[in-house]
Amino acid sequence: MVFSHRMQIFTNIGRYTLLMANVFRRPEKWRIFYRLTVLEIDKIGVQSVGIVALLSLFMGAVICIQTAANIDSGWIPVYTIGFTVRQTMILEFSPTIIPVIMAGKVGSNIASEIGTMRISEQIDALDIMGINSANYLILPKLVGALFIFPFLIVMSMVLGITAGAWVGELAGVISMPDYQTGITYDFRPFQVAYSLIKTTVFAFIIVTISAYYGYYTKGGALEVGKASTQAVVYSIVLIMICNLLISQLVLT
Amino acid sequence: MIAVEGVSKTFGTQKVLRNVSTVFETGKVNFIIGRSGSGKSVLTKCIVGLLEVDEGRIMFNDRNFTAMNVNERKAVRQEIGMLFQGSALFDSLTVEENVMFPLTMFSDMSKSEMLDRVNWCLKRVQLDGANKKFPAEISGGMQKRVGIARAIAMNPKYLFCDEPNSGLDPQTAIVIDNLIKEITYEFNMTTVVVSHDMNSVIEIGDRINFVFEGEIWWSGDKVDILKTTNDELNNFVYASDFMRIVREKLQ
Repeated sequence: MVFSHRMQIFTNIGRYTLLMANVFRRPEKWRIFYRLTVLEIDKIGVQSVGIVALLSLFMGAVICIQTAANIDSGWIPVYTIGFTVRQTMILEFSPTIIPVIMAGKVGSNIASEIGTMRISEQIDALDIMGINSANYLILPKLVGALFIFPFLIVMSMVLGITAGAWVGELAGVISMPDYQTGITYDFRPFQVAYSLIKTTVFAFIIVTISAYYGYYTKGGALEVGKASTQAVVYSIVLIMICNLLISQLVLT
Repeated sequence: MIAVEGVSKTFGTQKVLRNVSTVFETGKVNFIIGRSGSGKSVLTKCIVGLLEVDEGRIMFNDRNFTAMNVNERKAVRQEIGMLFQGSALFDSLTVEENVMFPLTMFSDMSKSEMLDRVNWCLKRVQLDGANKKFPAEISGGMQKRVGIARAIAMNPKYLFCDEPNSGLDPQTAIVIDNLIKEITYEFNMTTVVVSHDMNSVIEIGDRINFVFEGEIWWSGDKVDILKTTNDELNNFVYASDFMRIVREKLQ
């Protein structure tokens, strides 16, 4: 039982590698590839702006209030609230929590879209026409996500930090000048770069893992649902593992 | 002409195709018939290259498809049109875009030339006027006709039809059958139809291959099939009361 489970992991890694080998080929027609990529940027990125903005605003606001509630010592300067909001948003919440949410929204969408195409023979139709179906279906999504994810994450950082400032002042826990001092205190631009590196890796994970589970769906509607769930679960697990690895490699 | 020579295919321990050899002639409607699970769909998938054969070879007009690399196969695949059991139309594209799809991918035609070709194909399958509809907005019979229009858009030399009548009422099934037959003769294509519908076989079948337990058990034409003494084929052909009555009348 344990042996067969281990073998299944190797089978998945092998099939994933073969799929990626087919994805990273030259597109059949560049004009069509660009058109599809723009559509994917809209679908993956632009249509996620609302949810990302909403979550970021609330995250920034909550971090501000929670930090304020936990600082009751006169030894700790008030501007620490702004500093904490900035650090938390830039280092972890925006580049990790937003991709986790995106794994649920975008990952399940990709897996179910490609899975439905598989079970309704649309992928077979592409293959029979002589089109590299993996390349045609997955590469535009991947390029689109790699392009748009960093923008979403930077937007999330800005909105989160801004929401912290608004809520901090409205709740009377920190003044705007103190907050500004906090968010500019010991600012290291490299940390933004580190976050964007993480985001790019997570975008790759979300799209390729979800596409993998969709592409190899077999059966009917039940299996499409299962593929969608697996895509989200494994994407999140891999995001968490890579988050730890990248943090260890880049920050220490 | 498509020649299948000594093809075998195994999944795990199950041998699905056993040394299959047959020929699908040009300008004729060639049928592959057989019970569910007999291996006819696997044989078709092997011929079009969706599955790799374990042994044997597939020849498309003396070109060894089995030995070709990906790029060489791509050239042959552009000569193939396929009508799928569930039509396999792209949900997100309109009827017009579906038919135009292979032209967009592989031809150097201008947009207006492509549109002319699409309109001609849609007219040929009596669907002119349905250009802007989405697959979900048209009936199953219409979807099959769009599937045929897409299959013939690139002027294919080979047409494969997987269960073209499944899910259709008898009248619409006859329309689709006749369309396949007319197109085959009109464009002198090598047409291969996978089916277990005896009405279609009798209606349009020029050459029939009966697959039983992964082997070509019987080959012949539609006159021969009604007179055959082969037990397995008789059990398949005369499975329904209707066909048994036909046999009694013939006798």
